Amino acid sequence: MDKLFMVSYGEMALKGANKKYFEDILARNIKSKIRNCKIEKLSGKFLLNINTDLLDQDIINTLREIFGISRIARVFKTDLNLESIKNKTKEILNSLEFKSFKVEAKRPNKKFPYTSPEINKIIGEYILQNIDGIKVDVHNPDLIINVEVRDMAYIYTHFEKGAGGLPYGTSGKAVSLLSGGIDSPVSSWMMMKRGIEIIPVHFYSFPFTSERSKQKVLDITNVLSKYSYNGMKLYVVFFTDIQKAIYDNCPDSYIITIMRRMMMRIASKIVKKEKALGIITGENVGQVASQTLESIFVTNSLADFPVYRPVIGMDKQDIIKVSKEIGTYEISIRPYEDCCTVFVPKHPVTKPNYEKVIEIEYGLEIEKLIEESLSRTEIIYVK
Amino acid sequence: MEIYLDNSATTRVRNEIINDIVMVITENYGNPSSLHHKGFKAEKILNYSREMIARLLKCSPEEIYFTSGGTESNNLAIRGYLKANRRKGNHIITTAIEHPSVSNTFLDLKKDGYNVDILPVNPMGYVNIDDIKRIITEETALISIMMVNNEIGTIEPIKEISAIAKEKGVALHVDAVQGFGKLDFDVKEYGIDMLSLSGHKIYGLKGSGALYVGRDIKIAPILTGGGQERDIRSGTENMPGIIALGKAAELLFGKIDENARFMYELKKKLVDELKELDGWSINGPGLNEAAPHILNISFSGIRGEVLVHSLEEYGIYVSTGSACSSKHHSESPVLKALGLKPNAIQGAIRISFSIFNTEEEVVKAAEAIKKIVPELRKYTRR
Repeated sequence: MDKLFMVSYGEMALKGANKKYFEDILARNIKSKIRNCKIEKLSGKFLLNINTDLLDQDIINTLREIFGISRIARVFKTDLNLESIKNKTKEILNSLEFKSFKVEAKRPNKKFPYTSPEINKIIGEYILQNIDGIKVDVHNPDLIINVEVRDMAYIYTHFEKGAGGLPYGTSGKAVSLLSGGIDSPVSSWMMMKRGIEIIPVHFYSFPFTSERSKQKVLDITNVLSKYSYNGMKLYVVFFTDIQKAIYDNCPDSYIITIMRRMMMRIASKIVKKEKALGIITGENVGQVASQTLESIFVTNSLADFPVYRPVIGMDKQDIIKVSKEIGTYEISIRPYEDCCTVFVPKHPVTKPNYEKVIEIEYGLEIEKLIEESLSRTEIIYVK
Repeated sequence: MEIYLDNSATTRVRNEIINDIVMVITENYGNPSSLHHKGFKAEKILNYSREMIARLLKCSPEEIYFTSGGTESNNLAIRGYLKANRRKGNHIITTAIEHPSVSNTFLDLKKDGYNVDILPVNPMGYVNIDDIKRIITEETALISIMMVNNEIGTIEPIKEISAIAKEKGVALHVDAVQGFGKLDFDVKEYGIDMLSLSGHKIYGLKGSGALYVGRDIKIAPILTGGGQERDIRSGTENMPGIIALGKAAELLFGKIDENARFMYELKKKLVDELKELDGWSINGPGLNEAAPHILNISFSGIRGEVLVHSLEEYGIYVSTGSACSSKHHSESPVLKALGLKPNAIQGAIRISFSIFNTEEEVVKAAEAIKKIVPELRKYTRR
């Protein structure tokens, strides 16, 4: 059967001349997630006509995963005359329980002969006469009956909050380093919410980690891809030989620093290859001993692109809260870590010295290591 | 090529059994409780499997109850016995190296108020008979001990323990999941009152097992329902699992010693091949005394799970007790109970054999180990 939904886009409506661009991408994203969906653009809103057997709530839940949508309402349509509006309204209200209500009419179609206050009054009176035991309450009603007068009349009583943000794919592309832990999925999601297309990159060091740690990242990417358009392209970078080379050539305390720098270099290569414009990390100041401004300075300094760290100022508890909401938390806490303890020195340096880092890296065949690692990289399309 | 050397975790189903399993799900799919011919056919299959298991244990078919596997058999034996024999006392005894389905059941019973004694083991994994003599009292209701330890292959002195138990009127439950079909024994001669076994360790299906309960022993069900398995284990019988278990037992009959020799030779070959490598030692009772199919080795200076994953790259599958993680310490309680140092525990792997393995496979596995271990030794936590 055909079902109608009204989705509002909040922030996008402010985008001036670019509004059509944002609207088109939002429409594309909706159509990719919901089959048999016809979209009519209204001002500041889309009217979705979906031919479906799914439950309303299932459709709403899917719409809630689409960035750029601020509000979602199941709407009913009827002919543009007062009798039809009255009948339809009563039909909708029959299945609802409420003690008080008010009618809120809007009239974008000025050809309709009644003004909004007039519609409020006429429909309100009709409901009062036809349903027992209810009253009007304009300040704090149980139920708001929205009537929108357009080419037809659209009636709805409930709406749900959407994901907000901007449509996925409207703000360019960035590579996101995904470890499998709690922070990096959240930082990816936060940037996705700003409309950025994400290319997740994972550094894999089998046999020092297991297939299950790779599966973890795959599963996280799968959750994130629900918020994307048309799935995601995951890079699983073969990192074992780099880990070994660092271990063989670098002082213990600098292993992590040099490892992070290698990750940044590889990420930069992937950014170029993918014609992307930045690197996203889940770094958070002070969460572990090695996440200091000094550390971030020596890793940041060699990225050829801006590095975005959306969770940098967040408390762990707040990050966990988001990860639970988006559905990555339970995956992130599986006990398979992305880095074997063999490569985690007992005392990592907390304030790495830039000159020392450069000196240490003389001993590494950096370009060769990176080329080899990229040549053994696996690309997985997750949808 | 695939070399599967993790047969204590589970085994591949024997080819000879597969048609029987298919028959039970396509043709003889009846419910043994049904009155009609299809039910009667299924009941015959059930009884056939029961006989085959009884023949291997040297007991009567009426003493065999089908379950969903080792864990359920252990729970049913321990909880079911205590439930039916409340007056026998409040004291129960087990060992420090039991499978979690026994050790966690004991911990649970401790919460319920049972007085639990957990026997230590020596560095070879054996319990001390004198310890049992010392702690057994009038209040002791049950001793539960495994026949063969799943990680290190120690074969516990069941006969001696049963003699003490008999003398004191204490029931003896034996978890023989790793012993059934691998060692030749007579359940009556050993004086075992209850014995757990599992199908998927002897080339049958996962989700199938049985509990032997001696004729004089009373147990109560832990599941209530339709009263199958003479009111001891309700639930429609898992016929594919049961026929596989019966057939697997039939195929092992008369072959146990021969198979044991075969697996022992493979194990010995592996150990011989590894002699060129230094810095490793066998955990548990050693090459000759352990069960023929289990070999537990600690390699110095490596992490067992990294070796497991490295061997994977060669298509070789073995296992370990610990996992690579700085946050979650998951050292094997069995290896801990032997008194091994943390490094030896972290560096341990278990290699377990089946009758499908070949000498060629074992040689290849040894070669891979000899190649990998020195390489991995370069990378230890600093």
